[in-house]
Amino acid sequence: MTASYITLDWIDLALAATLVLVNGLLSLWLRLGMERQFLIAALRMCVQLGLMGLVLKTLFALVSPWLTALAVLVMVLFAGREIMARQERRFQGPWAYGLGTGSVLFAGTLVMLFALATQIQADPWYHPRYAIPLLGMILGNTMTGIAVGLNTLTERVARDKAAIETMLALGETRRAAFRPLVQNAVRNGLIPIVNAMSAAGVVSLPGMMTGQILSGVEPIEAIKYQILVMFLIAGGTGLGVVLAVHTGAARLSDARHRLRLDRLEVE
Amino acid sequence: MVRGLMLQIRALARSGLEALDLDLAAGDAVAVLGPSGCGKTLLLRAIADLDPNQGRLALDGQDREAMPAPQWRRQVTYLAAEPGWWAARPAEHFAEPEVARALLPTLKLMPAMLDRPIAELSTGERHRIALARVLVQSPQVLLLDEPTSGLDQETTHAVEAVLRQRMAQGAALIFSTHDEDLARRLAGRRLRLNAGRAAWDDESAGP
Repeated sequence: MTASYITLDWIDLALAATLVLVNGLLSLWLRLGMERQFLIAALRMCVQLGLMGLVLKTLFALVSPWLTALAVLVMVLFAGREIMARQERRFQGPWAYGLGTGSVLFAGTLVMLFALATQIQADPWYHPRYAIPLLGMILGNTMTGIAVGLNTLTERVARDKAAIETMLALGETRRAAFRPLVQNAVRNGLIPIVNAMSAAGVVSLPGMMTGQILSGVEPIEAIKYQILVMFLIAGGTGLGVVLAVHTGAARLSDARHRLRLDRLEVE
Repeated sequence: MVRGLMLQIRALARSGLEALDLDLAAGDAVAVLGPSGCGKTLLLRAIADLDPNQGRLALDGQDREAMPAPQWRRQVTYLAAEPGWWAARPAEHFAEPEVARALLPTLKLMPAMLDRPIAELSTGERHRIALARVLVQSPQVLLLDEPTSGLDQETTHAVEAVLRQRMAQGAALIFSTHDEDLARRLAGRRLRLNAGRAAWDDESAGP
């Protein structure tokens, strides 16, 4: 079968890379001090994506449920690490890593399995060609939502300490005392995906759809895929953010309805 | 059991505070004195169960651990030296602002103050409105952290009169203060804290 798309050779990529060099020169000229960062980031991207390409090639050749599951696990663990890295105030002990990772694991894999079982129906259902890219797109956005949600929660709890404790002292439950913060944190975590859906097709052409169109897929088919993916992302982000923020709020209080800021790392 | 005993505290301890016993009958007042950082706030917060603590506490014979914490705190209510706010105006902090409005003149505050932005109120005004917020719930035990700090003499006397009236109605009071005169006037017993260690003052024998 001949490819219905224009394949890129290495010369094409090298040409595109000159744009990064232009950025580097601009950085030197404007004394931004970013030329090293640019270079390292570009190299990292090439190496990481190159490795990913090799991994995907191997996974697609083997179609093993165990290897696919392992790849899923590794991706989730990296997403959890990224969530933790984006927290200004971290939870103490294993919660620092566990809270974000657990939430992203639950929400990401649940939505991925839902899509594989119902809309995609690949044969076999765990075929890495579908499972891995789907999870990648869901994870990336769910991770951002959870990171923003948890960050908002811990920041607001530290800021509104006096208000929360006053409510508790007056005999409110922890649920009532945390409600405004939890709502705010969940809202902040969900705003990016709402914005992404609102802007899709008008301001931005989402990358996945663009990629499919470039590789020769009919625009209507590509758009159907993009809409599906957006819904999956919205579902994953919603589940993940709600789970992470509620668990976080529970962890910042205890069964005797006390505020437990001592469970956050001291800055 | 002492007749009319209301709040019973046995071996209450927490980090920064050595074990302490305290009995409080209806109408009693205990002043907690001591230098800044000696543990006065820690003690009041521990009684309200706002921080992890050990000890046996009971109200009218009912164990603290046997009731949900919010229920305990509605009866044994702590007022911080710097109370918190979660809305723009004081009125929004009251379930029934009209009840609070009736109370404000006794604390030398104008009822209309409930509708002013909190940021425009002075520290003393905010603190007395926060006291009103506690009083409208009519708790059995009031745990007040420096209730008159920063108030002039006249206002201090007004607050004192309101507290006396509550005590006459059967409420008990534990308050921290740096005001030795107020402690002597208002409290039957005075507890002196030093680096987390409690001792009863002179004639005012404990617990």
